[in-house]
Amino acid sequence: MKAVDDITFSLKEGETLGIVGESGCGKTTTCHALFNLLPPGGQLMGGSIHFDGTEITAKSQKEMQKIRGKEMAMILQDPMASLDPLFSIFDQVGEPAYHHRKLRRNSLKTQVEELLGMVRIPSPSIRMKEFPHQMSGGMRQRIVGAMALAGGPKLIVADEPTTNLDVTIQLQYLELLKELQDQTGVALIFVTHNLGIVAKMCNQIAVMYAGKIVEQGTTRDIFNQPQHPYTDALLKSIPVLGNKDPLYVIPGQPPNLAEPPDGCLFHPRCPKADQRCRVEHPPEVVLQNAQSSVCWMTHKEEQHA
Amino acid sequence: MPEPVLEVIDLKKHFPVRSSFLGMGSVSQWVRAVDGISFSVGAGETLGVVGESGCGKTTTAKLILAQESATSGEIRFQGQDVTRLKGRDLMEYRRSVQAVFQDPFSSLSPRMRVGDIISEPLEIHTDLSRYNIRTRVGEVLELVGLQPEQASLFPHEFSGGQRQRIAIARALATEAKLIILDEPVSALDVSIRAHILTLLEDLQKQLGVSYVFIGHDLAAVAHISHRIAVMYLGEIVETAESLDLCNDPQHPYTQVLFAASLPSHPDEDKTVLNLSGEVPSAINPPTGCSFHPRCESAMPQCSTFEPTQKTLSVGHMAACHLHEER
Repeated sequence: MKAVDDITFSLKEGETLGIVGESGCGKTTTCHALFNLLPPGGQLMGGSIHFDGTEITAKSQKEMQKIRGKEMAMILQDPMASLDPLFSIFDQVGEPAYHHRKLRRNSLKTQVEELLGMVRIPSPSIRMKEFPHQMSGGMRQRIVGAMALAGGPKLIVADEPTTNLDVTIQLQYLELLKELQDQTGVALIFVTHNLGIVAKMCNQIAVMYAGKIVEQGTTRDIFNQPQHPYTDALLKSIPVLGNKDPLYVIPGQPPNLAEPPDGCLFHPRCPKADQRCRVEHPPEVVLQNAQSSVCWMTHKEEQHA
Repeated sequence: MPEPVLEVIDLKKHFPVRSSFLGMGSVSQWVRAVDGISFSVGAGETLGVVGESGCGKTTTAKLILAQESATSGEIRFQGQDVTRLKGRDLMEYRRSVQAVFQDPFSSLSPRMRVGDIISEPLEIHTDLSRYNIRTRVGEVLELVGLQPEQASLFPHEFSGGQRQRIAIARALATEAKLIILDEPVSALDVSIRAHILTLLEDLQKQLGVSYVFIGHDLAAVAHISHRIAVMYLGEIVETAESLDLCNDPQHPYTQVLFAASLPSHPDEDKTVLNLSGEVPSAINPPTGCSFHPRCESAMPQCSTFEPTQKTLSVGHMAACHLHEER
C-alpha cells in the first residue's frame, strides 16, 4: 500500500509550511518519514530527504538519535501522550538539553527556567518541580513546546497541535509559536485539517489527498485561486462565521489506498471529472506564481494560455 | 417565536467538594457548575451553546437529559417540569429527548451490531413487534443516508462520519422531539463535518426536531444554530440570533471569543483582542461579574455587583454593566 506517494516539498529557515488534508491522506506518515520513525513494516521506498544540507534517509537509527530532539523536534496533538506522568516538568524539559547539549546542574536549571519563561509558564522555578497532572491543558501543550525548543532545533513539526484546546487558548498558543519562530528562526511544519490555522500561520500550503500532494503554493494564492478541484471543495466545505449559506458537501469517501482508482485519485468525487481523468493520472503543472496543481483542468488551461 | 419545546428557568447545579480523605468528610466548598441559567428552545429550532471548557456546557446537557438532578430551578419540557418527573413519566421524557456525543468511537458499543444499537431504545421505550422494530431501524438508517442492509454490521466496519450517522439514527429512532448534540462534529474531518452539519439541517427540516447544539467551533455552531447562548463560568452572558451575535456581539467575553476564532481567509482582517489568563475556578468564582478579572473594559462596579440580563434589542440579551447607562 502506498501511504505516501511521490511527494516533494521544501522549506527554508523561518518559514512555515502547512500540510492539509483529511485523515488517512498520509500527513502523519509524511512526518514520521521525516524523522525516520516509520512504524514497523513501513518502509521508505525511494526518494530523498535533505535536512540542513545533508541527506538523512540513509542514516542509521543511532545517527538519527543525534538529530531528533536536537535539530528537529515534534509537537503532537495530545500533550498528555508526550509527557510522562512520572517525571517532573524539569526532568522532561531538560532531557534534550542534557543529552544533546550536555548541560548539567546549574546551567541546566537556568536553561529550563528560561525555556519555561519563553513559553510563558508563570513562576518557572516553582512550576518546574511539579508534574504534568498539575498543569492545565493549555499549559501542558506549552510545556511540550518548551521540550521541542530545548535542543535548539532548526525544524519543528507540529502535528495537529491545538485540536484539543479551546479557541482562546488555541489563539494564545498559535501567537506564542509565531513569536518563538521570530525569535529563533526555526522552520515550522503544521500538519492539520483546520484551514483556519493554515490561514493564520503558514506562508506555504501543501494540500494532500490519498497520499499525494495535489496542490502547492503560497497560502494567499491557494485561498484566492485554488486550482485543484479538491482544494476548492475543501475551502467551500468549511463554515464561515456570519454566513449561513449551505455548505458544499464533497460526495463519496476517500479511496482505499490498497486499491486506488485508475487515473486521477480524486476523479470519483470530482464534479469536473471527464473521460481522461478516469484513465490517466494528471501531470503536475506549475503556474507562473509557482503554484502547482496536479489536475487535467489546470493542464488544459495552461496549454491554452 | 415558535412555542417553546424546552424552557429552562434559573437552573442551578452545584457539586459538593469534600475536604478529607476519599471524599468522606464534610462539604467544605461548592463547585457552581451551572449557576442560574435560563433559556428556551422552540419547536424545530436549534439553540447553540458555546463557551470554553469548564463553563458548564456539558453539565447543562446532562441536566436536560435528566442524568443529573438540578440543585434548583426548573426545566420545562412541553409545559411539564422535568426535575420532578418519576417512573413512567420520566421514561416517556427520556424517549422524547435523546443525545449524540462527540466521539462516535466510544458512544457505540463495539460488541453490538448496528441494528441492535439502534433498536435498543425502541425495545425499551416502545412495545413494537420485532418485525416493526426492524422496519423502523431500516427507516432511520435510510434517513441518515445509510443502507438498511448495513444494520447487520459492527461499528468498527464504519468510518468516523458514518458512525456519527449511526449515533444520529439511534437518537431519531424513538421519534425524539429534542436532541442534545454535545460537540457532534469536533472529532470529525472538515469535509465529514460538512456532511454531518448538512444532514442535521435536512433532518430538522423534514422532522421538525429541535436541537441543543453544544460546541466550541464557533463557525460550525453559528452555521447550524438559529440562536446562540454564550456561557462563561456557569452563567449565560449573552443570547442572540445567530447572525446578530456574529455581526454585533455585545458582551466583552463574546467579543473576545469571536476575535479568537480562526480566520477563514489569510487576508481577513481580525481585530486582535487578547484574552489573558485562563478560566477561573468555579469553586471560588470572582465576585461581581465573573468575567471582570479578564475583561478589558472592566469598571469599578464590575468587581462588586453582579450584572443582570438586559434586553438590548429583540431577542438579544446580555449581562454586562456596560449596557446599563443606555
